[in-house]
Amino acid sequence: MTAAATKSTAHSIVEASPRTKAFAGGLVILYAVITILPLLWIVATAFKSQSDAIAYPPKVIFEPTLEGYVNLFTVRTRQTPDFIAKLPPPQTWYDQLVRKRDMVIAGPSKVVPRFVNSLIIGFGSTFLAVFLGTLAAYAFSRFRIPLADDLLFFILSTRMMPPVAVAIPIYLMYRQLNLTDTRLGMILLYTAVNVSLAVWLLKGFIDEIPREYEEAALVDGYTRLQALRKVVLPQAVTGIAATAIFCLIFSWNEYAFAVLLTSGEAQTMPPFIPFIIGEGGQDWPAVAAATTLFVVPIVMFTVLLRKHLLRGITFGAVRK
Amino acid sequence: MAQIRIENLRKSFDQFTAVEGSTFTIDDGTFFAMLGPSGCGKTTTLRMIAGLELPTEGKILLDGEDVTFHRAAARDIAFVFQLFALYPHMNVGENIGFPLKCQGMARREIRERVQETARMLRIEHLLSSKTSKLSGGDRQRVALGRAMVRRPKAFLMDEPLGALDAEFRHLMCGELRDLHDRIKATTVYVTHDQLEAMSMADQIAVMNKGRVEQIGTPQEVYDRPASMFVADFIGSPPMNFLRFEGGLRSGDRAVSFHDTSLAVPEIREDRANAPLALGVRPEHIRFADAGAVRGEVFGAEYLGTTQIVTVDTAYGRVAARLPSSASVRIGETIGLEFNAARLALFDIGSGLAIRTASEEGPRHG
Repeated sequence: MTAAATKSTAHSIVEASPRTKAFAGGLVILYAVITILPLLWIVATAFKSQSDAIAYPPKVIFEPTLEGYVNLFTVRTRQTPDFIAKLPPPQTWYDQLVRKRDMVIAGPSKVVPRFVNSLIIGFGSTFLAVFLGTLAAYAFSRFRIPLADDLLFFILSTRMMPPVAVAIPIYLMYRQLNLTDTRLGMILLYTAVNVSLAVWLLKGFIDEIPREYEEAALVDGYTRLQALRKVVLPQAVTGIAATAIFCLIFSWNEYAFAVLLTSGEAQTMPPFIPFIIGEGGQDWPAVAAATTLFVVPIVMFTVLLRKHLLRGITFGAVRK
Repeated sequence: MAQIRIENLRKSFDQFTAVEGSTFTIDDGTFFAMLGPSGCGKTTTLRMIAGLELPTEGKILLDGEDVTFHRAAARDIAFVFQLFALYPHMNVGENIGFPLKCQGMARREIRERVQETARMLRIEHLLSSKTSKLSGGDRQRVALGRAMVRRPKAFLMDEPLGALDAEFRHLMCGELRDLHDRIKATTVYVTHDQLEAMSMADQIAVMNKGRVEQIGTPQEVYDRPASMFVADFIGSPPMNFLRFEGGLRSGDRAVSFHDTSLAVPEIREDRANAPLALGVRPEHIRFADAGAVRGEVFGAEYLGTTQIVTVDTAYGRVAARLPSSASVRIGETIGLEFNAARLALFDIGSGLAIRTASEEGPRHG
C-alpha cells in the first residue's frame, strides 16, 4: 500500500482536528473574557468620576480621571467656596483636583500602612507556612515516625472545620495573649491555617523525589540537612512554588479573621477596603482603585511562579 | 582499597527480620556479588555496609576498623544506585565532581579529577551535557564516574544494571568487569540476576530469607550447591530434584532409589532413614534405554545449540538439556541416565546438601 495512493480520511486519535482546536480555542477565549471582564470593569471604574461610576446605563466610554486614586490616598475636608478662594493657589495637580469639588486635603489616608500590613502578613505567613511545611513534609516522607498516619490525619483535621467556626475561641485566646491587632498575631494565625495544607501538598511532592538522590549525597559526604538543602529542595522547587501560591492566596484574601482580630495597627486590606466607601458617600472609584492595587501583588507573584505553578498542579498525575 | 568484614549482622524492622546473623569477609580487590530473590535481605545488607541503614545487631569492619555506627559520609565508600540517582539539576561534569565538592576540594583539582575519570569511562564528550539527555548506558557510566572519582575504599552497587534493557546489560556487564580489572577496587554488587553474578563476580553470596546460604566462586555455587535453595535458584532451568526415602552410610557409592541402585559420588556422612532428594542438573542427563528412571516426553524447548526436554516421570517432571540435534518425539517413553559423578544429594527436612566426594573434589577458579 502506498501512502500517496490512498488518501486517508481517518483522523488521528491523539492529534485534535483543526476544527476541534478552533472550538477549544474559542471556548478558552470565551472563558477568559468572562473571568477577566469584572477585573477590567474594576480597573475602568477606578478611573471614572463618582457620577460616571454609578451612571445608568453603565458608561463604557467616559472621561478618565485620577480622582478615585486621589480620594483613596488622601483624607479630605469639605469647605465653603469662599474659604477655598482665600487659600493660596494649589501646589499640586491633586490639590487642584480636590478643590474643584469644594474640598481640601487634610492628610494622607491609611491605605499605605494597610497595604504594607497586607504585604507583611501575607508574605510572612506564607514563608513561615512553607518553611515549616517543607521540614515537616520531609520528615514525614523520609523517616520512620511513630504514628505517622495518625499525625498526618491530625494535621489534616485542622482544616476540616471552616476556620471561622473557631473564631470566637481564637479571639478570646488572642485577647489573653495580647495578640489582637498585631501583625505577629495575624502571621501566626494564617501560618497555623496554611501549614496543614503545606505539609500535605509538599509531602506529595517530596514523596515523588527518589530517596536515592539524597542517599547518594549522604554517601558522598553531605549531612542530612545539607542533602535536604542542596539536593532535595532544588528538585522540590516546583512543589514549593505551587504551595506558596496557594498559601499566599489564602492569607492575602482572608477577610473574616481580619475583621474580627484587627482594627487599627495590623489591619489588612480586605477589611479596610469596605471602609473607603463610607468616606464621602458613594466613593466607588476609590474602592475600585484600592481593589486594583490589592490585586496587583498576587497577580505578579503568580505570573512570576507561573511556570512552576502549572507543573505543580499537574505534578504526579502522570508518571515520568 | 579495603577488606570488608561482616560479623553477625542482623536487621529487623518492627516484627520483620530482613537480615539474619550473617558473617562473611570480602577480601581486598574482590568482585563480590550478593545474589538472591527480592526480599532476601541483600539490599538491606548493602545499605548497612554503606551506612544508609543501621544494623540491629552485629558489626561491620572496614580494613579492620569498626564502622558499624559511622555516618555514611565517614566510611569512604561509594554507592551506585539502580536508578543512578544523577542529580537532574546538574550537568554530567557537575554530577561526577559532586562528591569532591562535598569534600571541599579546590575547583581546579576537581576539574582534573573529573576529566581523568571521564577519560577512563570514555564519556569526556558528555561532560557538559544535561543528564536527562543521556542514554541508559551513559547514565550508568556517569553514575560509575561519580563513584570512582573519589577513589573510595570500596564500591557498593545496588542492581546497577537493573534499569537497562537486556542487550545493553550484557555490554555493561563486560564494561564493569573490565573496569574492575583495571582499578582493582573491592566491589560489592547486589543483583537478583544470576547471569550477572556468574559472569562478573569472583565470589557469590547466595541469600535467602535474610540468610546467606552459600558463599563461593561461581563454579562452586553452580556445581556444588550447599542447599536445595541454591541449587534451585542458580541455573536455568534449575536443578532437578528426585525425591526418595532412604538411609545413607559414609563410604557408600550408591543409593537405593525406589528399588533400583543409583551410582552417586562417595557419601561422606551417615544418615538414618529420611526423605532425601537426588539433585541433577539438566545437562547431566542423557537419554538411554537402559536408564534407571523412565518417563514420557512432555515437551521440548529449542534454544539453538541445545534444547530443554521435559520428561514426566513417576518422581516428578524432569528437565534435561540435550543437543538440539537429538530428535525427540513428544509422548514417547524414554529412559534417563544420570552422570553419576555430578549428582548431588539433599536432606529434604533441612534443605541442606549431604556431603559427598564431589563436594570435596578439586576446587576450580
